[in-house]
Amino acid sequence: MVKLKSAGAAVPLNRSKKMTDSNLLLIITVVIFVVMYAGAMIFLKKGFLKPQTFFNIMNANAALIITSCGMSLVMITGGIDISVGGVVALVSMCCAVYLDYQGGNVFVSLLIAVGIGLAFGAVQGYLVAYLDIQPFIVSLAGMFFARGMTTIVHTAPFNVENEAFVALKGTRINVPGMGTVNKLGKYVNAYVEIGVIVAILVVIILFCVLKWTKAGRNFYAVGGNRQSALMLGINVKQTRFLAHLLCGLLAGIGGYVYFLHVGSGSASHASGMEMNAIASSIIGGTLLTGGVGNIFGTFVGVLSLSTIQNIVSSIGLDQAWWTGITVAAMLCVFLIIQSVILSRKH
Amino acid sequence: MTVKKSAAASGGVADLFRKQIFIPIAALLLLGLFNLAVDPSFFKISLGNNSDGFPVLTGYLITILDYGSEVAILAIGMTLVTAASGGQDISVGATVAIAGSVILRILVGTGGDGTLQAPIIVAFLAACVVSMLFGAFNGVLVAIFKIQPMVATLILYTAGRSIAAWINNNELPIVTDKVFTYFGGFIPGIPVPTPFFLAVICVIITLLALKFTNLGLYTQAVGINASSSRLNGLNPVFIKWLSFVILGLCVAVVGLIKTSRLSTINYSVIAKDIEMDAILAVALGGNALSGGKFNIMASILGAYVIQFLTTTLYKFNVSSDALPAYKAAVVILLVVISAPAVKEKLSAMGKKLKKQREVA
Repeated sequence: MVKLKSAGAAVPLNRSKKMTDSNLLLIITVVIFVVMYAGAMIFLKKGFLKPQTFFNIMNANAALIITSCGMSLVMITGGIDISVGGVVALVSMCCAVYLDYQGGNVFVSLLIAVGIGLAFGAVQGYLVAYLDIQPFIVSLAGMFFARGMTTIVHTAPFNVENEAFVALKGTRINVPGMGTVNKLGKYVNAYVEIGVIVAILVVIILFCVLKWTKAGRNFYAVGGNRQSALMLGINVKQTRFLAHLLCGLLAGIGGYVYFLHVGSGSASHASGMEMNAIASSIIGGTLLTGGVGNIFGTFVGVLSLSTIQNIVSSIGLDQAWWTGITVAAMLCVFLIIQSVILSRKH
Repeated sequence: MTVKKSAAASGGVADLFRKQIFIPIAALLLLGLFNLAVDPSFFKISLGNNSDGFPVLTGYLITILDYGSEVAILAIGMTLVTAASGGQDISVGATVAIAGSVILRILVGTGGDGTLQAPIIVAFLAACVVSMLFGAFNGVLVAIFKIQPMVATLILYTAGRSIAAWINNNELPIVTDKVFTYFGGFIPGIPVPTPFFLAVICVIITLLALKFTNLGLYTQAVGINASSSRLNGLNPVFIKWLSFVILGLCVAVVGLIKTSRLSTINYSVIAKDIEMDAILAVALGGNALSGGKFNIMASILGAYVIQFLTTTLYKFNVSSDALPAYKAAVVILLVVISAPAVKEKLSAMGKKLKKQREVA
């Protein structure tokens, strides 16, 4: 009886120990997001009371959610990929050029997007995993290469007028029960774009994969301690390669979703997206050192980041520079929190 | 006997190969030969008069000397940061924008008519202080909070240009004073571009500092093994932090040159992608990007080689937006060649060849 009791006491102790890293960061993020959004609802009113404002944030950031998921994946294995913004720009430019000049169909353009993403992921993954080059250097080169290629493909920004594509871009999925009555007394449905559905699917699939599959757990093992992962018989190189490949694939899909949202090709598209993706992952509780992270946290991280940007612009600080400064400040704060948590652990 | 001799000879060649400065020199020769073969007029230097009637040298080589000096100055700081922290600072372009913005703000003020409100030296010193503060900020994140250098500097990389625009309230002040243009152009009567002299001054100061202080030794020690250098009585936190502050100083000099060239500033374009050039210069100089041993002169030579490449590409009508793609290809090529896995394979292949030759 006594023994049983002590065993029972040990279990919650273990649980509370588990709380420290990932979950603590995740809880901080969720709380900050809820407080921020509630605060905006109470003090700013304006749009924040309408559910559509929330859906608009989702619509605008579906691509960011997808690319951030890929980024988290790489960061969990202890790497980083700053080429995602460039890949997104390259994907939208290539798809735009294909759809407009070749009169091609939408399905092939999707294949192009996935192909570009996979190509970047495979090359960078090979260099990082098998040749053991620093991920940052590799993806920095990848970023500049993608940005340069974008202008080589086409220099001037332009809108796509392909009919099938425009129809797809305009597709709206109504969310039941979330609509509002407008000034004329008409009921306006709340809607999301296709990209949001894709983003949510990606989040759910990756969450399940990371949580309950062997391959998913391998990512954490490799990121946590490469040496012991190797000792456990995990194929470290393959796992790191896979992470970069998936990140590239998700950047390709994210690029297509981005393209679907903006409907144009431009060399300046998605500038700074890699930064936002890294910031979202970090805010969502993914540790830069690897081994710790949560896709759901990344999702909340994107939402927090975009909500703060919305708040900043709705209190009138809408000059372009404030967005950059707030994102950087937020990232800085979360990085320091992480660093403090890590140093306490050691 | 003969075998021994050939081994010794090949050892000599290998030594040359192993010398750090070999890589940038080889790259320079390669680029030079390429240009010589395609169009020898690349090397023509002519003496003409500029719009003010002073004699100036013109030609592609002078352009390289001129613009390469910016990268060379940054390469000094970047080499130290790389050696000490094992990472690179990617915020230098954004910090150049901040430094330039500070200089213009102090020189012209808001809504001024372009006449100088303060001496140039005061503006420059203020820019030095500001960019050293930003360097110190990066340094604190890296050294004290132990955040990877590239991620820590990513913060300024995003926010920097915004901060630069904010300093001047998004106005574009124009300096009308002639003296201000000397720093990025020519001093009357001297036909060589001023940035080159600024680079030489920076290099001399750095070399003196390395010779008469233990900075170089300590930086290498910290870069090779931070914890063992701490056990030997060094302060790795301070050394890492110091390297970022020194880079801040280099950034201020480049900010002065950049704003002087235009007499104004364009926040989103000034010093764009210069971080790539600076990192490339360090890599081309044969310095390990993961920290440790370094060679400043090799980095500086690397910087001029980068500019040589850029100018060559410009000459073939590559647009400035497409340049990064080519440079990225060069970076990848460089890191792949210097990757340990590839090196091993290459040396194994070399040994095999040697054996075959001996058998033959």
